[in-house]
Amino acid sequence: MADAKQSGLTAHLRENGMLLALVAIVVLFSILVSAQGKPMFLQAPNITNIFLQNGHVIILALGMLLIIVAGHIDLSVGSVAAFTGAVAAYLTVELELPVPVVILLTLIVGGLIGAAQGYWVAYWRIPSFIVTLAGMLVFRGATLWLLGGQNIGPFPKEFQAMSSGFIPDLTGLEKPHGLTLIIAALAIAVVIWIGLRARRRDMEFGITPEPAGLFWGRSLIIAAAMAFVGWQLASFRGLPNVLVVLAILIVLYAFFTENTVQGRRIYAVGGNYKAAKLSGINTERLVFACFVNMGVLAALAGMMVTARLNSATPKAGTGFELDAIAAVFIGGASMAGGSGTIVGVVIGALIMGVMNMGMSILGVGIDYQQVIKGLVLLAAVIFDVYNKNK
Amino acid sequence: MTTLLEMREITKVFPGVKALDRVSLTVEAGEIHAICGENGAGKSTLMKVLSGVYPHGSYDGEIVYAGAPLRNRHIRDSETKGIIIIHQELALIPLLSIAENLFMGNEVASKGVISWPQAFKKTEDLLRQVGLKEPPGTVVGKLGVGKQQLIEIAKALSKNVRLLILDEPTAALQEADADRLLDLMLELKSRGVTQIIISHKLNEISRVADRITVIRDGTSVSTLSKSEISEDRIIRDMVGRDMAHRYPERTPNPGEVLFEVVNWSCMHPEQAGRQMIKGVSLNVRKGEIVGIAGLMGTGRTELAMSIFGRSYGKGHQGEVRMHGRTVDVSSVPKAIQAGISYVTEDRKALGLILDEPILKNISLANLFGIAKNSILDKRRETQVAEGYRKQLAIRTPGVQQKVVNLSGGNQQKVVLSKWLFTEPELLILDEPTRGIDVGAKFEIYTIMKDLAEQGRGVLMISSEMPELLGMCDRIYVMNEGRIVGELARGEASQERIMALIVKDVGKDAGKVA
Repeated sequence: MADAKQSGLTAHLRENGMLLALVAIVVLFSILVSAQGKPMFLQAPNITNIFLQNGHVIILALGMLLIIVAGHIDLSVGSVAAFTGAVAAYLTVELELPVPVVILLTLIVGGLIGAAQGYWVAYWRIPSFIVTLAGMLVFRGATLWLLGGQNIGPFPKEFQAMSSGFIPDLTGLEKPHGLTLIIAALAIAVVIWIGLRARRRDMEFGITPEPAGLFWGRSLIIAAAMAFVGWQLASFRGLPNVLVVLAILIVLYAFFTENTVQGRRIYAVGGNYKAAKLSGINTERLVFACFVNMGVLAALAGMMVTARLNSATPKAGTGFELDAIAAVFIGGASMAGGSGTIVGVVIGALIMGVMNMGMSILGVGIDYQQVIKGLVLLAAVIFDVYNKNK
Repeated sequence: MTTLLEMREITKVFPGVKALDRVSLTVEAGEIHAICGENGAGKSTLMKVLSGVYPHGSYDGEIVYAGAPLRNRHIRDSETKGIIIIHQELALIPLLSIAENLFMGNEVASKGVISWPQAFKKTEDLLRQVGLKEPPGTVVGKLGVGKQQLIEIAKALSKNVRLLILDEPTAALQEADADRLLDLMLELKSRGVTQIIISHKLNEISRVADRITVIRDGTSVSTLSKSEISEDRIIRDMVGRDMAHRYPERTPNPGEVLFEVVNWSCMHPEQAGRQMIKGVSLNVRKGEIVGIAGLMGTGRTELAMSIFGRSYGKGHQGEVRMHGRTVDVSSVPKAIQAGISYVTEDRKALGLILDEPILKNISLANLFGIAKNSILDKRRETQVAEGYRKQLAIRTPGVQQKVVNLSGGNQQKVVLSKWLFTEPELLILDEPTRGIDVGAKFEIYTIMKDLAEQGRGVLMISSEMPELLGMCDRIYVMNEGRIVGELARGEASQERIMALIVKDVGKDAGKVA
């Protein structure tokens, strides 16, 4: 009896804990920034920038979660993002192909790269660490080769819009941005509705739901945060395109992992490979598919970064793999595979993103920034292990 | 006889659970004392209290050892007093040599430098005492489980053991190795080593033990002396009810032939040219429970796994038929499609995702059964799991409980539920009651009986002959990858099964000569 209650509570504790940590970090930076006499931390341009500057990390982390849940790792995503960014630049600037064609071709290239790596991992059982370490070197080299050691740019306006554009205001209100407000209001309603539905289902199934106070308290905080962000964005330039893409991807991947047959099977493969295989699951094909998916997402991230910088550079994407992996583990995934949630990963990526921005505004040197980020990653995992052992 | 150990009214409470409730245990010097009880009865907890895994102060009650109170702060405290425990999961390091393992943490060294010649000499001496002839430099991983068990005992001897505790020492052993181990226990007894053995296997206990303490639900129920030991009495004390019949009564009513294997062969997956399954033919009728007997390592599991989606071996030959028609079993999904299920021998490693809740384990092999257009219907998933929970009496607070928290018997019921949800016509059960206590075994047997009565076929692989004899309508005897005999219910007996195996072994030896 006691066990059931406990596991229910710790499950809730984990996600609430991360959310609380995110809130605490935001509050901390707000106080520190205003103590320095600088303009408010949570102002519209900063909020917009958090998404613009960290969009690629969230996208990579979505794919990385699936890989890690399946019991693998992908170290090559930074190099693949750089390479696909270079491919996009080459296709746009040198071959002058139309933007939609470039996007499609680049995503296909990413998928092929993922397939090439996933093939060895899934069908030859070569450790993913080694295959993707090789990929990391190969595609870094390939980037240098394709770019001839130079930057390629600039890009046409439509390509840049991928990372720096904002949605048009169809309401014609402009100040504040009407469509942004409508979307924000809808999003709040949807989040609360989903929360209520899950709660009702828990009760129907006889699972002890989290206390009502905790649920409403958290929902209120989330709703308030969303309303605040929505208002700030609306009073600035509206909803960035990046955020729209992100929101769609997050919802899609959350649904996929939680509610589909193939999503569930990925967790089974990571949870117990042999048992999954003997239960009739085509484990090899799933692992292969996870890597193909990762390649496509890496290409998307690569294009976004290239579009934001408005040029493909040989150094692009350095360290992306570590940011993505860190976001996944801060978000509560297990190193051994078989567990982790999309919501957790997004919170993990936002924690990293907020810290990056906050420390930059405060003028913390890059040296301290790395130390602090490293310690936060360690602390998050220690928190997990401590909770499990308790 | 003097009393070596007295544990008085030991009470150990975990958050929410009273694992031990005033358990008392008295062990005389020089005896072999057996502790019996169902899984979860508290046997292991009691031994952990004794060895200091749970230090003094974390439990109530008193321990008197060799005339003085025993208050362990640490396992080392008990070890220095000669109390050595050998756990079920062996604690040897497979890549190190016997000598290195024997003196692990207790190296033959001066000033931190190990003297290998001396260590090897001591090792040889200790190995002789347990009847092993391996060179001390042999890598432990190359030895079988039986020999590893003996090395654990040698390790205990190196620490000047006075009280040796063996936790289910024969669980993973073949009969010959188990025999050897029991002989060694008797020999150690004659040399004055007091021993405590925890075991499920009642025939072993009655062979070596001088006295038995039965523990049930965290309390000591009875202590029996040698003359009082009988299997029925022990079982009655363990489960708290009279079990006149250890197997459910059933009137077999076999129908038409459901499942047929014709001339099935396969090769070893790695060793080229080694044939593991040699032209096996067998069949199971509707409503029939058919057993496969044989020694361990004769290819029973390999046969089952090679049939089930070619999960074992390569170069498969032969035919599998359902209802007289040849079916494709070349992959696990196809075998499931054909109506075949295989419940693995090792449920933790091959059957369950331990960290996932019951309901996700049950739906795993038939996710499309709870999905519409590939989208999971979680309400349906819960209903399905609840249905099996009631039907198979899985004891748990709820289907959201993680499987890792369940007892062996309940875990086995979860695996069975998973396969029943694929609606199989034939279930292959590989050692379905291994590591399960007596009460839960009866429940598993009852489930098997129900399955047969529903008109399904059951093919059961087991190393426990009484279980095969008690449950099966027909028994195939397997040896060295072949079927060497078939016995109907009336004509089967342990002796006849063994006779078939032995005769076959003799035949092989004849060929070689």
